[in-house]
Amino acid sequence: MTDPILQLRGLEKSFGDMQVFKNVDLDVAPGDRIAILGASGSGKSTLLRCINVLETPDAGDIRVGGKPVGAVGSNGRVRYSERELCALRQRVGMVFQQFNLFPHMTVKQNVTEGLRTVKGIASAKADERALKELSRVGLADKAETYPSRLSGGQKQRVAIARALAMDPEILLFDEPTSALDPALVGEVLSVIEQLANEGRTMLLVTHEIGFAYHMATKIVFLAEGGIYEMGTPDAVLKNPQKPLTQAFLAEHQRFHF
Amino acid sequence: MNYHWNFASVFENWPALLIGVEGTLRLFVVCLLIGMSLGLVVGLGRRSKSKPVKWLSTAFVEFFRNTPVLVQILWFYYALPILTGLEISPFMAAILGISLNSAAYSAEIFRGGIQSIEPGQWEAATAIGMSRLQTLRRIVLPQAIRRVIPALTNRGVEIFKMSTLASVVAYVELLQQGKLIASLNFNPLEVYTVIGAIFLLILYPIVRLTYALERRLARSD
Repeated sequence: MTDPILQLRGLEKSFGDMQVFKNVDLDVAPGDRIAILGASGSGKSTLLRCINVLETPDAGDIRVGGKPVGAVGSNGRVRYSERELCALRQRVGMVFQQFNLFPHMTVKQNVTEGLRTVKGIASAKADERALKELSRVGLADKAETYPSRLSGGQKQRVAIARALAMDPEILLFDEPTSALDPALVGEVLSVIEQLANEGRTMLLVTHEIGFAYHMATKIVFLAEGGIYEMGTPDAVLKNPQKPLTQAFLAEHQRFHF
Repeated sequence: MNYHWNFASVFENWPALLIGVEGTLRLFVVCLLIGMSLGLVVGLGRRSKSKPVKWLSTAFVEFFRNTPVLVQILWFYYALPILTGLEISPFMAAILGISLNSAAYSAEIFRGGIQSIEPGQWEAATAIGMSRLQTLRRIVLPQAIRRVIPALTNRGVEIFKMSTLASVVAYVELLQQGKLIASLNFNPLEVYTVIGAIFLLILYPIVRLTYALERRLARSD
């Protein structure tokens, strides 16, 4: 077993009085593809957003490559310096439900922005890299287009190219197809599947249970403020052991025919 | 009404008017630059995480927005030298009054523009490793400024017209020159008509230019 590249230990997050989760422990080894499932409000997105500290966890450790991120401050809470977070976020890429492309930049500029501003790569080299990533998601011909002219599926593929260009070791997908027309879901899932086949490490929050079953190496089911059931797709999705997992899956299969 | 308009008596004084135009333009450019850039700084300050910076920025806005520019100019001209011993020229008093007042207004415009940018934009930039400052400079401000150009245009037009208030401390600008010509030639009707027309003639093309700028920036829509 290879060493995990990402470890969460005792992760805890509340919004005001509402505890989203606590005591979350999770190991992510290179090549793992973890699908995070759960009812809405179970904290799937929040968990994902804690990994790159878009949400600051209230307690617990995030360890990348064995080293904890942040340092414990005088009040006992972990504090994160901006420099450290920028470094972390280059290793952990993220794709959002709402794409969040930069509307004032062309598709190519969206992809080169991080390369140039964060990594300081010269513009010719950054362009070259951007075109490579755009070809990977099948959008090289849209390089000079503005995002407003793209379909939702195309926007999400650009967002994936933008994340890939930074050479992340881990990719986080936060409901990447939930904002899409059903007809456009397939093109985005194909790109994610292709990345899975390349052996990339990823965590995926999704409602596409069938996709999770086929693509994930591990399923994490969140409920009752933490990881409720976890295991292989066959174990958790075909043969769930605990009542809330069973109920969740039954609800999702209600309209299958 | 049998008033006989006599514009000749105004145009004979064109060198004096030209000096006035120059004074107005000079005041406008300086106040526009200071007002807008200080406004951006104060607008950002109002969103600062630092409590003192936030408090100072808010105090600045409320103070200069809620006192009349005319009073400010007079105060800077007559009161400030007595309090500080500094010599304040009419030009300086006008710059202080108009720029600080405009900065207070444009701070609110910039703040509103920045707040109107979706949190997802901050998050997307943050998620690829950009710092807060990089995100602000490269992602948020370009979009925010584009959204507030119509409001900033208003502010610019207002600054241009506020320059006439500088005549109260005898700064040489259009209105001041007009008053002078009118008092020497007893032709206020013609003089003030011409002065008004000159403002319109200078401002309208400038406003048209900002429309063109808006269109240029809208090419990504």
